[in-house]
Amino acid sequence: MSLATWVAIAASAVGAATPLVYAALGELVTERAGVLNLGVEGMMLVGAMSGFAVAVSTGSLLLGFLAAAAAGALIALLFAVLTLSLQTNQVATGLALTLFGVGLSAFAGRSFVGLPIARLPPLHIALLSELPVLGPLLFHYDLMVYLSLALCALIAWLLKRTRAGLRLRAVGEAPEIAHALGEPVTRIRYLAVLFGGAMSGIAGAYLSTALTPMWVEGMSAGRGWIALALVVFGTWKPWRVLGGAYLFGTVTVLQLYAQGLGIHVPSEFLSMLPYLATIVVLVVICRDARTILLNQPASLGRSFHPGY
Amino acid sequence: MWPFDRSPWPLRLERRAKPSMAMRMASSPLAAVAMVVTGFLTLSLLGTDPVAAFKVFFVEPLSSLYGLGELLLKATPLMLCALGLAPGYRANVWNIGAEGQFTIGAITGGGAALYWTPAMTHGALPLILLAGVLGGMAWAAIPAFLRSQFRTSEIFVSLMLVYIAQLLLSYLVHGPWRDPAGQNFPQSPPLPDNALLAPLFDGARVNVGFLIALALAALSWWFGHATAAGYRMRVSGLAPAAAAYAGISQRRNIWLAMLIGGGTAGLAGICEVAGPIGMLQPSISPGYGFAAIIVAFVGRLHPLGIVLASLLMSALYLGGESAQVELQLPSSVSGLFQGALLFFLLAAELLIHFRVRRT
Amino acid sequence: MTGVAEVPRLALHGISKRYASVIANQDIDLQVGTGEIHALLGENGAGKTTLMKIVYGVTQADEGSIEWEGSTVAIRSPAQARRLGIGMVFQHFALFETLTVAENIALALDERVSPSRLAARIEEVSQRYGLPIDPQRLMHGMSVGERQRVEIVRCLLQAPRLLILDEPTSVLTPQAVQALFRTLRRLAGEGLSILYISHKLDEIRELCDVATVLRNGRVTGTAIPRQESNASLARLMVGSELAQCRLQPREPGVTQLELINLSLATADPFGTSLRHINLRVRGGEIVGIAGVSGNGQKELQAAISGESLCAARGAVRLCGQQVGRLNPAARRMLGLRFVPEERLGRGAVPEMHLADNCVLTGAAVGLVRHGLIQHRAARAFARDTIAQFAVKCDGELAPADSLSGGNLQKFIVGREIRLAPKVMLVAQPTWGVDIGASLLIRQALIDLRDTGAAVLVISEELDELFAICDRLAVLAGGRLSAVVPAADLPLETVGVWMTGAFDHVAV
Repeated sequence: MSLATWVAIAASAVGAATPLVYAALGELVTERAGVLNLGVEGMMLVGAMSGFAVAVSTGSLLLGFLAAAAAGALIALLFAVLTLSLQTNQVATGLALTLFGVGLSAFAGRSFVGLPIARLPPLHIALLSELPVLGPLLFHYDLMVYLSLALCALIAWLLKRTRAGLRLRAVGEAPEIAHALGEPVTRIRYLAVLFGGAMSGIAGAYLSTALTPMWVEGMSAGRGWIALALVVFGTWKPWRVLGGAYLFGTVTVLQLYAQGLGIHVPSEFLSMLPYLATIVVLVVICRDARTILLNQPASLGRSFHPGY
Repeated sequence: MWPFDRSPWPLRLERRAKPSMAMRMASSPLAAVAMVVTGFLTLSLLGTDPVAAFKVFFVEPLSSLYGLGELLLKATPLMLCALGLAPGYRANVWNIGAEGQFTIGAITGGGAALYWTPAMTHGALPLILLAGVLGGMAWAAIPAFLRSQFRTSEIFVSLMLVYIAQLLLSYLVHGPWRDPAGQNFPQSPPLPDNALLAPLFDGARVNVGFLIALALAALSWWFGHATAAGYRMRVSGLAPAAAAYAGISQRRNIWLAMLIGGGTAGLAGICEVAGPIGMLQPSISPGYGFAAIIVAFVGRLHPLGIVLASLLMSALYLGGESAQVELQLPSSVSGLFQGALLFFLLAAELLIHFRVRRT
Repeated sequence: MTGVAEVPRLALHGISKRYASVIANQDIDLQVGTGEIHALLGENGAGKTTLMKIVYGVTQADEGSIEWEGSTVAIRSPAQARRLGIGMVFQHFALFETLTVAENIALALDERVSPSRLAARIEEVSQRYGLPIDPQRLMHGMSVGERQRVEIVRCLLQAPRLLILDEPTSVLTPQAVQALFRTLRRLAGEGLSILYISHKLDEIRELCDVATVLRNGRVTGTAIPRQESNASLARLMVGSELAQCRLQPREPGVTQLELINLSLATADPFGTSLRHINLRVRGGEIVGIAGVSGNGQKELQAAISGESLCAARGAVRLCGQQVGRLNPAARRMLGLRFVPEERLGRGAVPEMHLADNCVLTGAAVGLVRHGLIQHRAARAFARDTIAQFAVKCDGELAPADSLSGGNLQKFIVGREIRLAPKVMLVAQPTWGVDIGASLLIRQALIDLRDTGAAVLVISEELDELFAICDRLAVLAGGRLSAVVPAADLPLETVGVWMTGAFDHVAV
């Protein structure tokens, strides 16, 4: 097992982690505002399909990503109208969003199955990309990877240090109190949900244009759910969520390198690893009731009634 | 008089003093109608003649005895799964993994049929069905255990187990259980005759599974209305603090809900394998476990509603297949309709609690 | 202070507001002058909070007008109210647990202030008005008195000209009440108008210049509290004399409920742990536990009811049996009945009808047999409860959330009493309940005690406790004081004990 192989593993882990980063960070913002959107899988698939479709039709990956963000946000808007304005149950509506997103992406994307696409190229940074080990390890990723890191930093700063972040956190803690103080609770929640949708859309587009450049029905294979689990695993803190995503990225790519690492297990069992890891991780985090109570946004999942 | 705030929308929602009984009944049919209308409007926008599409979707598949049999056949797994999910949903136990419990039930039941009972002259079938039920229960016991001991969300655990179950099935039919006489196709040997569910009548494929499902519906109604256990689950879902106050064990509810859901899903799985499919193969379900979630909601978590909703959903599946053949629409169109149906239902439900008024 | 020719700071004309089936405010006129402490008096449900929400912009009136310092205004939001110069201290504090004092205050301020300037301004205001608070502390873990100080400082930082206080003393010890009054008098002296919402007659007579009395959404009169007696104010508030409860002294019987060195750590990071609680309640007596909420009342209720299990079996004894490890259903079998402080959602399931709600605690009287619900018996039980306790509702099949607060409380109390308790635990028996129902409930508890049951009442209302209890104790910081006959316990001592300054004494 050469150093080059380890580096290759690490590098593909980063690629595998990136869609999780986008989706999980988007959902983190949504949940910090007190809204539980279980539809991440559906939004991701819609984003994957629209990103692929627009990129193939126009030849521009940038337009593809923009379209994916818009599509994800549009689908999330449907969720927002139902749960925030029409007061439907957030869990049920999120599930509906997933099922609808799966069906919609399959239906609308049927003519794009099997089409080829030029994948998102890695960035080439003057001297740094050429460095022996550090080059491929740190400086040879595509733009979206670096942007995901920037996004994490941005969200962490926004939440902790700005007034906008404070208002978001307040809404997630106690929307009734925020409302009594005059905060536009519903509007803030709408924006948070739309942001989450856009990020899930981008995550999906990364899947279909960078990671495995193609479109196939259901290609996210549960990553949306893993992203949701990551938000809990990271106790709703951006940097921890990032760390968790990278952990899962590693677990995901292990199956590709298993033979080289001398692990002789049937491939199906290796494919189970990310899902098993999700379960384990959730068990560990949820065991301590205090951790959840202290970190989970207090109003998560509850509808807010502005009447009276 | 000073000027009042003007709302930008022409309509507003006003909370009703009491939830409307009429809307409770009407919301599901309303949602179904809305779905059909929207669906066919969309299809017509995409270039398909809506009248022809309606005929292909709903009329043709049901115009023969065989077609009606198919309707009941496809409704069976939906009914079985949804009837098992509903008590849990009432108790706020969100079993999302019925698809996985379905798969494991198929595996344990199919395995029993292939390797345990082939030599039995009679009595094999009940044992196989039992194996399926137990398999589904065992798979559902995992999220039950983790939720009741470690507070882990059953939504995530049961869902992750779906992917794991599907991978397990794939492994089995590609490897140890592959039919040596099957030309290397990933499938098990066909189930022996003593393990197959016979059709109820000639000319159709519907089997005794449908009757079991109906019996289960009646049982479910009795459970919810007459038993203390059903009462306890209802209270837990409606008001968890009241359940604690009454001394209702949340742990017992979780186990009961998950085992019921897992058992019926496992039964549905083995009924599919011992019925229309006849063997184990990588794909044994077009998403019945997930569609059952929609059925449970559209049926308003009530046994009679679930029976009707299963028939509606089954019609959607049949219509989708028929549309694939006649109109060259993709199979995913059923999934699209199903998701839309759930959305419409959730939206229609708000009319139970709110009235629409002009501002 | 209020000159006739002066323009009043706030004037309401003909304010009306209705919700789906309820008229909250009807044709209300109100005037508050400069530097005046104006009481808004009325019992629970009279419409006081709705009126204040209209003044503060949280909701809008259906009819009527508001004048602020002479000009007609439309107050469409709390931010606008604050811009005009109106501040409000809510009854249930509008504070976020996981944020610091400074962050909470920053949220409520409409202009952006840099953190350092904010801290300086907080210090300045808190010094000036004797309201000590620490800007960097997280809200959770702060006592109720401290939280109220944060709320008041928050309002004062915006230099209001009218300050609204909604039931400010319901959560304060007697000493803290006096400190609050000193602050309010000082503020009024500087020209701040104060609108003081309360139903506590003694306090209003001590503090306020003018009182407007509301009953059933209408103004029934204006009065100068200092010139009135409690009886005359009560007459305006309720329409008749306040009836008194009759508590005859009685020889108590055998000990039915015992807490022996009960210590219980709380799992809730925002909760209070119980420490070494000793208590004995005998048959035929009513023991009261006083104290503002947040001092372990929830935890004590749960320990006695069985919703929280104790490590030691013998920490709780019911009728001589060790029940520390038994759940609520098992304790009910031994004769425990419990009226919790939350009616809807805990004492009753809101969406279920009254007959089904009887099954919640009625297994012991045969409403559940062989695992099956006895529907007919449940309906009969519900009907009898409704009749005996004068519960206004649409019959036994009416959903619990269709009843008013007072009627639902009567139903729950009635249900528990009719289940023939040996030990009855009641928490906040008349919170949010109108006067008529309150009196009925209190008398029912006394009648229950007269039949020989042991009754334990946990309440924040000292008046109530002194009216119905034989013996009293105070719960502070998770510790219980000595239990003393009510007649021998002066109010000042209660106040002192509420701060936790008592030696732990075994009963």
